[in-house]
Amino acid sequence: MTEDFTAQTTGPPEQAAGAAEGESASLWADAWRELRRSPFFVVPALLILVLTVMAIWPQLFTNADPRDCDLARSVLRPSREHWFGFDLQGCDYYARVIYGARTSITVGLLVTTGTVIIAVTFGSIAGYYGGVIDTILARITDIVFGIPLILGAIVMLTVLPRRGVGELALVLMVFSWPPMLRIMRSQVLSVRSADYVQAARALGAGDLRILRRHILPNAIAPVITYATVFFGVIIVTEAALSFLGVGLQLPAISWGLMISVAQVRILRVPHLLAFPGLFLSVTVFAFMMLGDALRDALDPRLR
Amino acid sequence: MGRYVIRRLLQVIPVLLGATFLIFALQFALPGDPIRALGGDRGLSPTVYATLVERYNLSDPLHVQYGKYLLNLLRGDFGESFRGRDVSRIMADAFPVTLRLTAVAFTAEAVIGILAGVLAGLRRGSFLDNLVLVSTTAVIAIPVFVLGLVAQLVIGVELGWLPVAGIRDGWVSYLLPGIVLGALSLAYVARLTRTSLAENLRADYVRTATAKGLPRRRVVGRHALRNSLIPVVTFLGFDIGTLMAGAIITEGIFNIPGVGGQLFLAIRQQEGFVVVGIATALVLVYVLANLLVDLLYAVLDPRIRYD
Repeated sequence: MTEDFTAQTTGPPEQAAGAAEGESASLWADAWRELRRSPFFVVPALLILVLTVMAIWPQLFTNADPRDCDLARSVLRPSREHWFGFDLQGCDYYARVIYGARTSITVGLLVTTGTVIIAVTFGSIAGYYGGVIDTILARITDIVFGIPLILGAIVMLTVLPRRGVGELALVLMVFSWPPMLRIMRSQVLSVRSADYVQAARALGAGDLRILRRHILPNAIAPVITYATVFFGVIIVTEAALSFLGVGLQLPAISWGLMISVAQVRILRVPHLLAFPGLFLSVTVFAFMMLGDALRDALDPRLR
Repeated sequence: MGRYVIRRLLQVIPVLLGATFLIFALQFALPGDPIRALGGDRGLSPTVYATLVERYNLSDPLHVQYGKYLLNLLRGDFGESFRGRDVSRIMADAFPVTLRLTAVAFTAEAVIGILAGVLAGLRRGSFLDNLVLVSTTAVIAIPVFVLGLVAQLVIGVELGWLPVAGIRDGWVSYLLPGIVLGALSLAYVARLTRTSLAENLRADYVRTATAKGLPRRRVVGRHALRNSLIPVVTFLGFDIGTLMAGAIITEGIFNIPGVGGQLFLAIRQQEGFVVVGIATALVLVYVLANLLVDLLYAVLDPRIRYD
């Protein structure tokens, strides 16, 4: 929620900084030049790159099949051949942890993409047109915002007959869009009456063109920053729900599920908790850090 | 200000209605027959079945069911579970436990968070500042349920400092789960205090205060800190609702019989009215906490003026 506060106080950014130095020094060019050299951007960006590759081609990281299990190997300790040891069912734990990245990244990507589309579309409409549409959207936003994400997700997930990645992503989307929509709306509101928007309108540009070409590029930065942190929050929420037993179900491979299984044997075989816990934390860390770096680079006031 | 307060209070009503209706609809509009489930394999006799369906208004259309539920709710009656227990009794048993947990979390968050933030913000770049930055980053990255399990293992089992689970030891048993629940917000509070204080220490009015010859203690305590705590206080207020909802996870890990446990039990037993009752209460706390923050913000920061 800190993002929410900061985003609202950010006020009208861009115009001044970008316009003064001509086209070559647009907000994004400036930000990119600064980010490229900052370890606080490069390190998390590399981590996310590795995780993405891991999610798409897990075979690059392991030859073992995560579903090839043998009870005779149940909870064997980590060894040279099997770095992370074996889980309760005797599956290679390293392979399972690697394949777990796919679930986390998929859920994060689906929910973030969906939420950004909802927030940008309806946030723009609400901020640009105002009036009755704005009021109606604001009331709906208030209502959904009134339900804590974890509570809404638990209640909705438990009445679904099947809980796969798609269902989980949908439920998370249903309850998580309000803050992002509010950010988008307040951004659009703050640039709506800018001179260049009026100029475009005077030149006869239509609403859609004004929104797409003039307002969106100047309003989107805080949404992107928020979406990066949001990606991490969604990954944690998926893991937490799976951990609680209301998210993904076996035989799905998810870090949250692994940790929930590990909880039962935590005293005898703590490594079952350590590895998925570590991967989950590093993933979240990467998205949080990246969000911080983006915010610092994209907010001209902080330069 | 007065008109703003009234407007905000009125806005809470549709939010509460909408949010509770959403949860109510999720519980009662979807397929599944909780009354039939009561009978188990043998099933209920048709007359008993019909009586129960009638008694819980389950044959009515959804909006009528919700209307009847709401009317009872306005009289303070949360209804009764399909097993004949008063939902308000179930909640009266569970909520004090969760409130105690939340209180511990909130205290830890406010006291340790602000203290760490002030110490770090006063000396930027010092060892302590870096320690606060690194440790808060770690806490923000580690998901609360992983943190809970690790804390249980290390502090509860290996070191044996605090009870591992349950609430048999009274207040002491709330310490570990409370701190785990509050850890994430604690980190945010520390960072918020740090940034805010460091920013204000550079402000003109602080320089003026120093130039007037005020001792450093007074400059920091009376001038800088007061202003710096405005965003922190609003964050803390907002966090009350988040903590209550977050308690669902923490309670599961530490085996604490609060609302989280009751919620999951009710979900498993298809006790729709218990689920809706608990969810309504949580939403109420959450929405009121948000309202409180908005009003508090206006009171604390005289620069903000509402029409």
